[in-house]
Amino acid sequence: MGNPAVDERGSVAVQRTSIFDLQSPVVSRLFWRTVLYLLLAVGLAMFLLPMVWLVSGSLKPDGQVFTIPPTFIPRPVLWANYPTALAKFPFWISLKNTMTIVVGVLVGRVLTASLVAYSFARLRFPGRGALFLIVLSTMMIPYHVVLIPQYLIFRDLGWLDTPLPIIVPNWFGGGAFFIFMMRQFFMSLNKEIDEAARIDGCGFFGTFWRVILPQSLPALGALSIFTFMGEWNDFFAPLIYLNTEEKMTLAVAIRTWQFDTNLTYQAATWPELMVMSTILTIPPVLVFFFLQRYFIQGVVVTGVKG
Amino acid sequence: MTTAATPRKLPWWRTLKGREALAGYIGISPWLLGFLMWGVGPMLLSAYYSLTEYSILSDPVFRGLDNFERMFTRDKLFAQALRVTGVYAIVTVPLGVIVGYGLALLLNQKARGLSFWRTGFYLPAVVPGVATAYLFAYVFAHEYGLADSVLQTIGISDPPNWFGSTKWSLPSLMVLSLWGAGGGLILYLASLQGVPTALYDAAKVDGANAWGQFWNVTIPLTSPVILFTFIMGIINSFQVFTSAFIITDGGPVNSTLFYVLYLYRKGWQQLEMGYAAGLAWILFIIIFALTILVLRTSSRFVHYEGE
Repeated sequence: MGNPAVDERGSVAVQRTSIFDLQSPVVSRLFWRTVLYLLLAVGLAMFLLPMVWLVSGSLKPDGQVFTIPPTFIPRPVLWANYPTALAKFPFWISLKNTMTIVVGVLVGRVLTASLVAYSFARLRFPGRGALFLIVLSTMMIPYHVVLIPQYLIFRDLGWLDTPLPIIVPNWFGGGAFFIFMMRQFFMSLNKEIDEAARIDGCGFFGTFWRVILPQSLPALGALSIFTFMGEWNDFFAPLIYLNTEEKMTLAVAIRTWQFDTNLTYQAATWPELMVMSTILTIPPVLVFFFLQRYFIQGVVVTGVKG
Repeated sequence: MTTAATPRKLPWWRTLKGREALAGYIGISPWLLGFLMWGVGPMLLSAYYSLTEYSILSDPVFRGLDNFERMFTRDKLFAQALRVTGVYAIVTVPLGVIVGYGLALLLNQKARGLSFWRTGFYLPAVVPGVATAYLFAYVFAHEYGLADSVLQTIGISDPPNWFGSTKWSLPSLMVLSLWGAGGGLILYLASLQGVPTALYDAAKVDGANAWGQFWNVTIPLTSPVILFTFIMGIINSFQVFTSAFIITDGGPVNSTLFYVLYLYRKGWQQLEMGYAAGLAWILFIIIFALTILVLRTSSRFVHYEGE
């Protein structure tokens, strides 16, 4: 940097030898940094390439979906695929059905998982430890073991082809995972504040409602994100319980559309399937982008202690 | 005990302790009710159904252990489903952990723009299973899919028919699963960042090189999280359904007949609910046994702080 004392030729020579001198700490560091970013960039490209392929497939004309060599930029870019697909596919009904389930599950889960978790975290009662162990151990039971009797129960209740079989069980604690997550969070809250509220004459449930819950927005945020993603992406339960197209969620409706041979809706073409897959992907990706902080907290709280 | 003292003696539910306990029981009652109604009850019922022939249209008929005998002696598809799911788990669970952990290690080298990289690598894990399935059906479409057209462009004239061949269908689904391997990233990163730098300094003083530090400090201190993701990986891989159902529907020639797909077929396509309940119990036992096995053997490798 303009050091007049150094002979210009000499300094160039020094640089030349040192650039290939991996023993030099500066060069070695530079070398490894380059390798690191190269690895990361190549890795990321590999992970994101299929997503680019998805979006580009959704913008191609039907005949151009399959070409050799592969084209990533459709010519022409067919934005019209989107309105066409949305017109052929019962999008708004399916979206409404999906959101009914998301909201129904979410409300039940927020209310009951946090109440149950609060009781396990803050209230002392005989058998608390053993009962909480049972909560944890239910996480290991695969859904499929209880699926068949549950299905038959819901059939007898006349609930098949309604969202109730998916929503209602979540009004009973919302699932062990979420009880565990909320309890972990409540345990980390300062106990003195709710003890003070108790002394001021606030009941147990008043304390929960007015003191604990307002402090728990980050945890409730994580719970909401997980619930949204879980229900939005869920395929198995809606496939089992929802049989008519007017009742289906987006995920199952797309799969039904692929094979649809009745006259209500025309079967999908490849670009249209890519259109619907892209649309299905956008909300979880947006939620992940913008609410990452809560999402990451939730993952870490349940995973590291789990 | 005089009568004068009794007004002050409250029944237990009015005492401070009693009121707290009562509130506690009321508080957990939603879970307790649900546990009985949607957990214990159905489990008992499904255990009973597994001993019956139950075609859903007529009442269950008790058949003892017939279903299980059929599974283990005569049902070739049951064996195939176990084999497919087992091979898939053995390959994808360790590979998934290695890929996820490897990425986390790279990102933990004080890489700039950490949240950018993390978001990018994690992204595939939030893509809905249905979209992933269609996406990969398109990537691995024969001749004209992304994979094959790249292969043909570089001069391979006879690229595989991925999902259409018995040889490549399962490996293609494994690739699909590894695409989501960044899903472990957040946990691995959190635990890597939790390793105290003092331990690295101590290891350096003791003369450990980078490899030694990794092997003796990083791995032991992050091993509980590795174990956790490993167990979750096993549990999840035994419940694979969506991708196989949508892309291959178990084919070709049952080469991707995953266990839960088989269970679904038995229960909801062939209406053999008794048999399907038996399959579900075997699934439960397998997952349970594997989890216990991993937990047991891991106590030798996994380091918990404070031990």
